[in-house]
Amino acid sequence: MTNNRKDQFNQKLRLRKGIAKAFYFIFLLSILIGIGGLLLLLIQVLIEGLPWLSLHFLTDYPSRHPEQAGLKSALMGTIWIMTLTGLFTVPIGVSAAIYLEEYAPKNWSTQILEINLSNLAGVPSIVYGLLGLAVFVQLMSLGRTVLAGSLTLSLLVLPIVILASRESIRAVPSYYKEAAFALGADKWQVIKGVVLPVAFPGILTGTILAMSRAIGEAAPVIAISALVYLTFVPSSPLDRFTVLPIQIFNWVSRPQEDFQGLAAAGIIVLLTILLSMNAIAIYLRDKYQGKSAE
Amino acid sequence: MDIRQFGIESNRNSQTYMDRLNRELRFKRSDFIAHEARFVRWVFLICALVSILTTVGIVISLIIQAYGFFDTVSIWEFLTGLRWSPLLKPKSYGVLPLVSGTLLISVIAAFVALPIGLGTAIFLSEYAPNKVRRVIKPTLEILAGIPTVVYGYFALTFVTPVLQIVFPDMLVFNALSAGLVMGIMIIPMISSLSEDAMMSVPQSLRQGAYALGATKLEVSLRVVVPSALSGIVAAFILALSRAIGETMLVTIAAGATPRLTFNPLEGIQTMTAYIVQLSLGEAPHGSLEFNTIFAVALLLFVMTLCMNVLGHWVVRRWREEY
Repeated sequence: MTNNRKDQFNQKLRLRKGIAKAFYFIFLLSILIGIGGLLLLLIQVLIEGLPWLSLHFLTDYPSRHPEQAGLKSALMGTIWIMTLTGLFTVPIGVSAAIYLEEYAPKNWSTQILEINLSNLAGVPSIVYGLLGLAVFVQLMSLGRTVLAGSLTLSLLVLPIVILASRESIRAVPSYYKEAAFALGADKWQVIKGVVLPVAFPGILTGTILAMSRAIGEAAPVIAISALVYLTFVPSSPLDRFTVLPIQIFNWVSRPQEDFQGLAAAGIIVLLTILLSMNAIAIYLRDKYQGKSAE
Repeated sequence: MDIRQFGIESNRNSQTYMDRLNRELRFKRSDFIAHEARFVRWVFLICALVSILTTVGIVISLIIQAYGFFDTVSIWEFLTGLRWSPLLKPKSYGVLPLVSGTLLISVIAAFVALPIGLGTAIFLSEYAPNKVRRVIKPTLEILAGIPTVVYGYFALTFVTPVLQIVFPDMLVFNALSAGLVMGIMIIPMISSLSEDAMMSVPQSLRQGAYALGATKLEVSLRVVVPSALSGIVAAFILALSRAIGETMLVTIAAGATPRLTFNPLEGIQTMTAYIVQLSLGEAPHGSLEFNTIFAVALLLFVMTLCMNVLGHWVVRRWREEY
């Protein structure tokens, strides 16, 4: 009788262990699908795009003839947009983060700010584009310019910069601040002299990641700039512009095979910029990680 | 200036003139610092309010411009109409085909991303050794950081041709391919949020289950996942909201034909893709055609807002406190 039950138990145990093993492979497989998707994507882009990549691709303007086409205007537009977006976002984002971490009273108004921020991060990017169109392009009559585009993207990435800055400000050990207070510094001096320098690497990393998000955004910029065929480089913030993702979109949406190749080449350029920014961010994070905790 | 106004008693006769002057200057400086501190505090507050202004700006600009549309077309007609044809005659302003297109894509994406994202999270949190996790997590972050135009390109030039081998009568622009790639796109979001939730389940719960003789799988599925459920559900909701608002991928790969269908092999148009289509076109600002995009965007904003609020609420409401 007991033997029989023991057998039953062992049988069931074997089954349970078998199922556990099977699921191990299912979980492993699900990871491989994600990473496999990434690899397939990169391989496809490289195969299609590499033959089109050349120096003139970077220095020529878009053209109806695929073999002459380049993305100079888009590349320069992206650089313009990035520079201005960074200039707008960083001071505002870091200041907002300082307020929320160091000054904000713990009451309902602060809570509204917090809830608002987490919801803003979830607003679709195209909606930001329409906000920019209504406010910057039309209401402030900036037109479809670099300035309007970068202001729009600044609003888009602001929640990301605030979030990252808050995290690194929060990670500053409290005894650093207490030491400064003990020496007679007031709050602003503590922030200026202790909190910001210690939190700086984290803020920088978060900002780079936010910028790399902005570089890849096409939807809001389409709502702002509309025009996708430009043969000049913007020379001031009040010029019209195009950016890399829009140029890629433009090429992708053409039926001819050659333009698909150009799109792939454009994607290689875009991903190269993005991945190097990410690499810099990760390098900075690893370099300074744990330093503030020492 | 009399230094007594700073509440300092001068020490009879023992202070030289220079001492007093020094002290005076120092207090002036601290006065300046106090002003500066008050000033920067206001600057910081204003910067924090920019985010509130953004929300207000979004709501007001969408409502004002959509008002121009709802002046002509009733909200009822907009929300219940079965045909969306704002540019071609006979004109019709029923938004349901765009909504169904958006939902179709999101459902397909969910079918891909929910199991795979959850499986990835379980593997990373319960099975993977530290070394493996340290390689896979950044890789998934890269996946999350790839621009959506790139995903659109991938869906159109790789996934669609492959799928056409299986379904020969599938159109070039179709919901299936866009939905599948969208699923891959939101995997990292689901897996990283779910993994965070699972990692915060205390070790003692796992050890208790192991002590009762549970296998690793049983611990994962019956102890860890239920304990982290609020985080996992929130991850699902937030990822779906992301899928609904995603623009370039569906614009490139899913087509531009608003169609009330649940056949994934057909081309559809999502709300976001419609907004892009019209932004690229030549409809004059202020015209009824142009104002349609604000009405659609308002609906999109409300939908994603509800899901985000729900997602954050689920986290707060059902978070297990350990």
